[in-house]
Amino acid sequence: MNKQNQFHIVKRGAMPWYFGWLVRGIAIVLALLVSAAVTTILTGEDPLQVYATIFHGAFGTKRKAWMLGQNMAILLCVSLAVTPAFKMRFWNIGGEGQVLMGGLATAACMICLGDKLPNAVLILIMVIASIAAGAVWGVIPAIFKAKWNTNETLFTLMMNYVATQLVAFFVIVWEVPKGAGKIGIINQTTEAGWLPVIGGQKYLLNILVVAILTVAMHIYLKYSKHGYELTVVGESERTASYVGIKVEKVIIRTMLLSGAICGIAGLLLVGGTDHTVTTTIAGGRGFTAVMVSWLAKFDPLVMIFTSFLLVFLDRGAGEISTVFGLNHSFADILTGIILFFIIGSEFFINYKLSFHKAGKEEKHV
Amino acid sequence: MENKVARVKMRNITKRFGPVLANDRVWLDIYQGEILALLGENGSGKTTLMNMLSGIYFPDEGQIFIDDKEVLIRSPKDAFDLKIGMIHQHFKLVDVLTAAENIVLGLHDGKRLDLEKVKTRVREICDAYGFDVDPDEKIYNMSVSQKQTVEIVKVLYRGADILILDEPTAVLTPQETDKLFAVLRNMRNDGKAIVIITHKLHEVEDLSDRVAVLRQGQFIGDMPTRESSAQEMTNMMVGHPVTLNIERPEPVDPKPRVEVKNLTVRSEEGVLKLDDVSFTINSGEILGIAGISGCGQKELLEAIAGLQPTESGSVIYINDNGTKEELIGKDPQAIADKGVALSFVPEDRLGMGLVANMDLTDNMMLRSFRRGRSFFTDRKTPKKLAEDVVKELEVKTPSVNTPVRRLSGGNVQKILVGREIASAPTVLLTAYAVRGLDIHSSYTIYDLINKQKQSGVAVVYVGEDLDVLLELADRILVLCDGKVSGIVDGRGAKKREVGLLMTRVGGKDE
Repeated sequence: MNKQNQFHIVKRGAMPWYFGWLVRGIAIVLALLVSAAVTTILTGEDPLQVYATIFHGAFGTKRKAWMLGQNMAILLCVSLAVTPAFKMRFWNIGGEGQVLMGGLATAACMICLGDKLPNAVLILIMVIASIAAGAVWGVIPAIFKAKWNTNETLFTLMMNYVATQLVAFFVIVWEVPKGAGKIGIINQTTEAGWLPVIGGQKYLLNILVVAILTVAMHIYLKYSKHGYELTVVGESERTASYVGIKVEKVIIRTMLLSGAICGIAGLLLVGGTDHTVTTTIAGGRGFTAVMVSWLAKFDPLVMIFTSFLLVFLDRGAGEISTVFGLNHSFADILTGIILFFIIGSEFFINYKLSFHKAGKEEKHV
Repeated sequence: MENKVARVKMRNITKRFGPVLANDRVWLDIYQGEILALLGENGSGKTTLMNMLSGIYFPDEGQIFIDDKEVLIRSPKDAFDLKIGMIHQHFKLVDVLTAAENIVLGLHDGKRLDLEKVKTRVREICDAYGFDVDPDEKIYNMSVSQKQTVEIVKVLYRGADILILDEPTAVLTPQETDKLFAVLRNMRNDGKAIVIITHKLHEVEDLSDRVAVLRQGQFIGDMPTRESSAQEMTNMMVGHPVTLNIERPEPVDPKPRVEVKNLTVRSEEGVLKLDDVSFTINSGEILGIAGISGCGQKELLEAIAGLQPTESGSVIYINDNGTKEELIGKDPQAIADKGVALSFVPEDRLGMGLVANMDLTDNMMLRSFRRGRSFFTDRKTPKKLAEDVVKELEVKTPSVNTPVRRLSGGNVQKILVGREIASAPTVLLTAYAVRGLDIHSSYTIYDLINKQKQSGVAVVYVGEDLDVLLELADRILVLCDGKVSGIVDGRGAKKREVGLLMTRVGGKDE
């Protein structure tokens, strides 16, 4: 019984609303200080300059700001897609594959129907095809989960690899020129199947579509009967069956939705901006989306901020690696430090440490 | 008990959970060779106080002295080192291991494990106090009371001489309870200090030497049991005088409402849970269902409610106009669609009846959210309902926007029962409606159930407290191993008779 300076973890009670933001703010400041120290020690660069460069990388020019918006829109779109599944405690980490399938379907329409249909009809078919492809990719694991209670985490993960291979296969089928190993820009001359550019800005359409999706998802989760049902299923399947909610139906319906929105992300990428398809168009967003969604505690409106944060860090990090001639891994280190502090701060929002000294008064930190 | 030795002294113990003051400067002494009954309503802080003694929680303030020496108890291991052992309400045993293996689990003295030596020691303990445990028996083969015995032996094996039992009789039959009490008396006579937390006052009077009462986290007082009475203890717990009689109004125009015929149910593992069960539930009447835990009550209620797949048999609902509806093969939604107003208060309140993380309003919505054609949910009506239930049943909650997991057991149950009654049912199934509830909340629930009966509802009351069943139910159906062991009239039924029916079909003495 002679151990000194023991501490205990104690759950905090109700704190004022600003408390959480205060803690998060402190966490970010600390993260920047630690990053600065690491930067100076490892590279000898002036940390303030590094931070300025990060900011410049994200917002520095008009083009960079638009790119930020575009990246944020696609990431947010995938995050919106996985959120209803997560809320239902269905761990859909197959966003990557569902996006790829949506993109593949879009590219297929553009290549095969490019010159045979009026553009408006083609785009309509592309929309339907991409949504359907994403939804099918999402619903397959859901059906297995609903009927035979298979593990959806492994299943959706494996579906990613299948999707990647399918895309790789079709890239070779459609490669231009033969032997190039890539498709190149589809319909470069006719621009058939390219989503319309509005307001003269290439990325504006994507941003608007995702903005609408965000509001719609917020309303769907919070105010619709479907949203209520999937929350109940996520909290307790037993309660759901007890009140007569058909659990299987809800799982399948929610994953159809989740996959469909991933399909839309694929459509926006292939039809809206890239106009080609590769195995890497999803760019790991299917996984980053998991973090966006969790950090925001599955709230679509908060996800606007979390997706911004991640894209901002990523864009800024890319910039410092070019400007200072640093390895890209260094940028990843900084991103890692900042995320560590932000995620770690959640602990201090919910808990506090209290220290004990044997027989003496206690201190709370 | 002339020269009483205080083994444990708790001084000014304070524990907060967020804004809730669970223990407020509590003083408590536990004496050697004495059985102390710790009394209090739900949420009065009994279990919290004992958890601090057994190392589960750490007090925010205050001191604990063992044998007049101040100690810090940071973990269950610290508690064991101080010879304190607690038997929790929910057993903490590994199902696939044997009794002996469970008993030594977590003990390491650096030497090689000699299971034979452990078994010998276990047998010695059993012989000394009159336990009946086979050290080689696997836990999953054991009855609830055997598991509890293993827990007690486990604590004794670790050398505990301060024992804490948290509601040990909640899961036992009257016969098993008697056996447990005999063992506890043996241990007391052996000089151990024993604390028992219970809600059943007749057990307190029967077993304990001293009672201590907590109310709202504060220590109210203690006294020798023989100088007190059930009435006095209750008044101390509640804080004002209460009457302790359960009413049993005459049945109101009883007519068959649900006919269960030859119902047979197997669990997913193929174990026979209900075996050819037949009986009738009447309107305006309370049908009590008695039986030891695991005898098929749960499956019976869930089969009627459309939640349990059945093997054979039928459950017929009889409408007022005489038309009949088969309920087997329908899920809860299909049953409701047929116009059968069936309400069910399940045993697992937070895992089945309610969603712990949702607030009161959203929980009220569980039954009604489908109403209307709209794609969107209507939150105004359930909010109104939540407010009404809070007001009428005196639910203690900060607001209707509080997640139900933050509420105490009694208040959770009021929310659940309130919601189930609100849909104007014709059949009300209740499973352990007052389990874990304090006296005041229990009586509120009995009242609510009686009111339903008087308004013509067919009530099924599955209970574990035979004294209550005998006072409340019009008829009592006794289940034993999934079979109907007997149906007795609640008026004039004898506790012993029902107790025997619970353990042997037909209730024949050995």
